[in-house]
Amino acid sequence: MGPITATISRLYGTRGWIALGVCAVALFVVFPVLNLVVPAGSPFHVSAYWVTLIGKIMCYAIVALAMDLIWGYTGILSLGHGLFFALGGYAFGMYLMRQIGADGQYRVNMPDFMVFLDWKEFPWQWWASDQFWWCAALVVLVPGLVAFVFGYFAFRSRVKGVYFSIITQALTFAAMLLFFRNDTGFGGNNGFTDFKRILGIPVTTPETRMALFAVTGLTLITVLLLARYIVTSKFGRILTAIRDAESRVMFSGYDTLWYKLFIWTLSAVLCGIAGALYVPQVGIINPSEMSPANSIEIAIWVAVGGRGTLVGAILGAFVVNGAKSWFTVAFPEYWLFFLGAIFIAVTLFMPNGLVGLAGQLRDRMRVRKASSALLPGAP
Amino acid sequence: MTVRSHWLLVLHLALLALAFQAGPASSASPDAIRTLALKDSEDRIAALGKLLAEADGSAIPFLQALHDGEVQIAGGRQVLIVRGDTGIDAVTGAAVAPLPPDLEAVVVNNRIRREIASAIAALMLVSPDLATRRMAAKALETSAEESALPLIGKALDKETDPEIKAMLVLIWASAQLRSQDAAMRLAAVKELALSNNANTKTLLLGVLEKKGQDWAEPDAGIRSAAELSLREVESRLSTGERIGQIFTGVSLGSILLLAALGLAITYGLMGVINMAHGEFIMIGAYATYVIQNLVRSHAPEWFNWYLPAAVPVAFASAALVGMLLERTVIRFLYGRPLETLLATWGISLFLIQTVRTIFGAQNVQVENPVWMSGGVQILSNVVLPHSRIVIIGFALVVVLLVWVALMRTRLGLFVRGVTQNREIAACMGVNTARIDTWAFGLGSGIAGLAGCALSQIGNVGPDLGQSVIVDSFMVVVLGGVGQLAGTIYAALGLGVVNKFLEAWSGAVLAKIAVLVFIIIFIQKRPQGLFALKGRAADA
Repeated sequence: MGPITATISRLYGTRGWIALGVCAVALFVVFPVLNLVVPAGSPFHVSAYWVTLIGKIMCYAIVALAMDLIWGYTGILSLGHGLFFALGGYAFGMYLMRQIGADGQYRVNMPDFMVFLDWKEFPWQWWASDQFWWCAALVVLVPGLVAFVFGYFAFRSRVKGVYFSIITQALTFAAMLLFFRNDTGFGGNNGFTDFKRILGIPVTTPETRMALFAVTGLTLITVLLLARYIVTSKFGRILTAIRDAESRVMFSGYDTLWYKLFIWTLSAVLCGIAGALYVPQVGIINPSEMSPANSIEIAIWVAVGGRGTLVGAILGAFVVNGAKSWFTVAFPEYWLFFLGAIFIAVTLFMPNGLVGLAGQLRDRMRVRKASSALLPGAP
Repeated sequence: MTVRSHWLLVLHLALLALAFQAGPASSASPDAIRTLALKDSEDRIAALGKLLAEADGSAIPFLQALHDGEVQIAGGRQVLIVRGDTGIDAVTGAAVAPLPPDLEAVVVNNRIRREIASAIAALMLVSPDLATRRMAAKALETSAEESALPLIGKALDKETDPEIKAMLVLIWASAQLRSQDAAMRLAAVKELALSNNANTKTLLLGVLEKKGQDWAEPDAGIRSAAELSLREVESRLSTGERIGQIFTGVSLGSILLLAALGLAITYGLMGVINMAHGEFIMIGAYATYVIQNLVRSHAPEWFNWYLPAAVPVAFASAALVGMLLERTVIRFLYGRPLETLLATWGISLFLIQTVRTIFGAQNVQVENPVWMSGGVQILSNVVLPHSRIVIIGFALVVVLLVWVALMRTRLGLFVRGVTQNREIAACMGVNTARIDTWAFGLGSGIAGLAGCALSQIGNVGPDLGQSVIVDSFMVVVLGGVGQLAGTIYAALGLGVVNKFLEAWSGAVLAKIAVLVFIIIFIQKRPQGLFALKGRAADA
């Protein structure tokens, strides 16, 4: 075995790789077959609704992984990850808007909102936005750059803990206000929607949808393995050490700034990629994605699944968002009660999330058994 | 076009007056009626002038009918107001049926019609009804004729409402400006220099305008006088604008202060990140709404004084909810700020949905008591609304009470003691758990007071809290944690800076600029404006 394969196989044990393989087969074989090959009337058919829903939640799962790297492993709670997600979405959305071509309402080779605002030419932000490669680069560059600059100044001044959380919230709030303006050049309130094509292929056909789904699944697995590689490396151990006792790490001779800055920027870039995958599947991006409420919800996905475990982040994204899509259809008025209760219950009773729940119960049983052994009279 | 719409309003009002006036169609003198109906243009205008000089409001219905082309003449003598198949003798008021065969319509040309309309409006200036007078003054604002001067003078003497009076002064001057007499125009221009009304500027600019080759005002002396007046008015107006900005800034600051003061206690003193703070503000606003409704349904005669009752209720309800939450949730999260943040966010979602379930998702109506509407006019373009003044005063009182509560009471002593060193305080016999509850209750209660104040100037809805929470946190962070004085400076400073930026760059950009400023500021001074020094800073 070469050194690279050795590194990769080290990431998970045999059972882990088997589980991952099962997931991959489900995503890349079972799902496409059930959606595309099995006829619509059959009870085994998977409808477009489910493909879009799972695809969307997989994007969220990537965000949750990014959040887990920065919060669960490094101990920095960001309340502004929705911003990076939205920036990635907007960057790729520009390309999708250009792909509409002259098929908009006004039959002009320009997005409808620009015609509506009576703009004659594309503003500078839209430079080269008709090129796939340029927008794909922006997906990575814009969130990365914003995060790098913001993180550099914040970490250099040793802003941490709640202060950091609150200024990230202020950052995403300010960005939301900025994107709400028509003059910013990104469609104001309505954002981008009504996409027609991607790479010249119609975007709403079942095949395109399934392709996007598969790409998202592949990205999710790649991000999972990358994150696993980081947290099991020496670098990851320093991150964990920063979380647990930052001053001791500094006294041991590490400059924590660059560790934090790297993982922070990486986390933002991952969010941007997730946003870019999200937009063509859901078909809309608008400034409400940057609202502080959205960003704080990302934290709760991770908390529900279990901070500091990668599987937990993915699990949390699926559980919370699955519950959300069920609740908002079945009992729309109770969704906020439920979400609020999750926030409270997880922080009070499940500090290690769903993943840690089994261990928590085991500990409790052990304590009970031990105490009953000590006190024979007690029940 | 606005002038025309004003005219339409006036005419509409005149019609209303007509409809209410049963009996004789008009009590204007028979002579005037005959002159207006039968004679030629010059005589008619003279008759109108006479009516204006007499300030005879009872002539309005007849003038209106004349204006609308409803006046007809039978047999060359009898003046009738004809509507459909019925006719009314304009002089006697008697009904005439059937209509005589030899009817002849009174022709009213455009010039006369304009004169009549202007006369109607001028006559309405002396109406006993305030709304009618205001409407009439609006209509005349740009079109008063010299002939109406005596009447305007008369109305000016009698007018008691300051707003209408100010308008009348302008109308008076603009009518004089139309005069043929240069001395009169000069007097008007000089008089306008004393006016504080923003419309004066347009009036004076009109004098200085060039129409084609000629000046609108042929007399150069008057023009230079107008220029002087204009400069004087402008400088006074800009002072007013600046005063207005400072005032709205202070007012915004006092609202920020009220919203952030409770947070300064729960976050600054106790270290609890309370994301549900905005929802405590919302509870206070809804408590005010409930009290308002109770007073309206049970004691409507006391409606103007529901606020004094609402203030303690708003405080108590928010404080109770706060203490309950402290006992059941927040208590278990002390020392884990990030978890507290998430849990209190959950609480906020819970409270929002609860309010939506009880009161509905729509905004509810909270009415100002009469004594809070209106304002103090300190300059023509600066009106300080009573509600804002009351809120600034209210904020001052609340700050004072909080200071007294923290510095001069036993509870305050304990709160400060627990904040500074929990263990030692406990050793001294302070029940720290109970102090936590009380302090959290105090912070929440102040949020309730903020809600009560906000309900008087903004919308009350389930999302009220979400819109203020980010701002409140900014204030506390900027002011420095654990510093009440810092909170006060930060709130007022942010308020004033925000309003000045708003005037310069628009509301949204101003807000963004302020947020970015705070983000940069925290990089430079992570401990806020008023940092604790020494050992306390490390805690």
